[in-house]
Amino acid sequence: MAYTKRLDGRKVNELREMSAKVGVVPNADGSAEFRTGKTWAIAAVYGPREVLPRFMANPKKGFVRCQYTMMPFSGTGERIRPGRSRRAQEIGMVMDKALEPVVDLTAFPNSVVDIFVELPQTDAGTRCAAITAASMALADAGIPMRDMVCSVSVGTVDGTVVADLTYDEEAYDAPVSDIPVAMTARTKEITLLQMDGHVKKEELNKALELAKEVMGKVYEVQKKALKAKFMEVSQ
Amino acid sequence: MNTAMITFNKNTVLALAKDGKRFDGRKFNEFRGPIEIQSSISKSAEGSVKVRIGETVVIAGVKLSLEKPYPDTPDQGGLMINAELTPLSSSRYESGPPGMHAIELARVTDRGIRESHVIDTKKLCMAKNEKAWFVMVDIVSVNDAGNLFDASGLAVMSALRNTKFPALNEDGNVDYKKHTDESLPIAKDTLSITVFRVGGNLLVDPTVEEEDASDARLTISSDATGVIAAMQKGGEGTFTIDEVMKAVDLGLETANFLRGKLQ
Repeated sequence: MAYTKRLDGRKVNELREMSAKVGVVPNADGSAEFRTGKTWAIAAVYGPREVLPRFMANPKKGFVRCQYTMMPFSGTGERIRPGRSRRAQEIGMVMDKALEPVVDLTAFPNSVVDIFVELPQTDAGTRCAAITAASMALADAGIPMRDMVCSVSVGTVDGTVVADLTYDEEAYDAPVSDIPVAMTARTKEITLLQMDGHVKKEELNKALELAKEVMGKVYEVQKKALKAKFMEVSQ
Repeated sequence: MNTAMITFNKNTVLALAKDGKRFDGRKFNEFRGPIEIQSSISKSAEGSVKVRIGETVVIAGVKLSLEKPYPDTPDQGGLMINAELTPLSSSRYESGPPGMHAIELARVTDRGIRESHVIDTKKLCMAKNEKAWFVMVDIVSVNDAGNLFDASGLAVMSALRNTKFPALNEDGNVDYKKHTDESLPIAKDTLSITVFRVGGNLLVDPTVEEEDASDARLTISSDATGVIAAMQKGGEGTFTIDEVMKAVDLGLETANFLRGKLQ
């Protein structure tokens, strides 16, 4: 049976209910949280600051260093042991690459911008939520950027192309593909692309077009949250 | 309140302490506001809570698992408390395995709950020598603006009270997607209060600046009847017996205040 009706009743191009808030970690130079359905990411930016260890510093340009952490109780099953898993390290690395294209790295040579993301609750799409929150936190920290980065996962469930998959959809008993995508908000350039599962060329094309179509909705949530914080400050 | 306009540091705090003052105008036994406890914030945990004391924010989550009991306590389940001082929460914390501060925080919080028998671990046993529930609590700092000890103790106690057992499926394994209505067997509410000495004064709920200016601290975990279950002295300074007793008085009094915030 084809996947014609989504498990949670959403339309194929419908994202889960999103919300965002900027300035949630007062200690940080910039911070934000982003929620989509049950997935919840908190991001904090520290920097630009001195690079430690020192040999990693580049006198020509700075760099972005992301750390992604699922809280030990945030998974669907048993407790996750604290400590850097290979998965978390790889996600941190792809997050760096997803965000660096919009950051003016030449503005802070010899320095690093650290981005820490913690997830208290998850239901798939965590790296996308992490990137979306991190982009807001960078803007909140006043890091020079030429665009925002928005992220959402797309994919196929039994041949149907859908946006913003849940765990239940990823685990659906049929061929499934999960394609996390991040794009620059204005120019729609792809800065993150991963995929696992089972997808045909035509489906992939359709999925990426769908990502492009829905990305604006993520951007609206980001913009609204950033404006809300600065409205508050100006009052 | 915006305090970012003026730079306070250790010296400012100590100068004010001489006149018996705190830089935010609080009394020595006064907590910051707001004190907020937001429960069930993470559906993936069996129990969870976000606690705010002033600008300090911690999240605590409880996971339950079915394990074989330890050989020396074959008829009991178990409790473990862990703390993660995340680099997200302060520029003072680094990535990597828990440092000494995180280990001390976890252990002091653990002792208060364990030694006062907040949870009847015998009631967690399902089959002697075979199966018992183990309760794992993780504390995660979100913003460290001082007094993580008391915020963590409050978060752990609240998270335990918020916990519901997960369901079991037909073959007796845990089904983490379903929760029952059954709560943990909680016997009492034990909370910790940490009394800091700053410029010779004893005070509670310090900001980071006050923590930096403090030379000694004493954490006191107590229940509603005033029985003390755990203590820990920290800092390089020394206490007289008289100071310890004063700190205990202050600790018991403010623990009752904080207990009133539990839901």
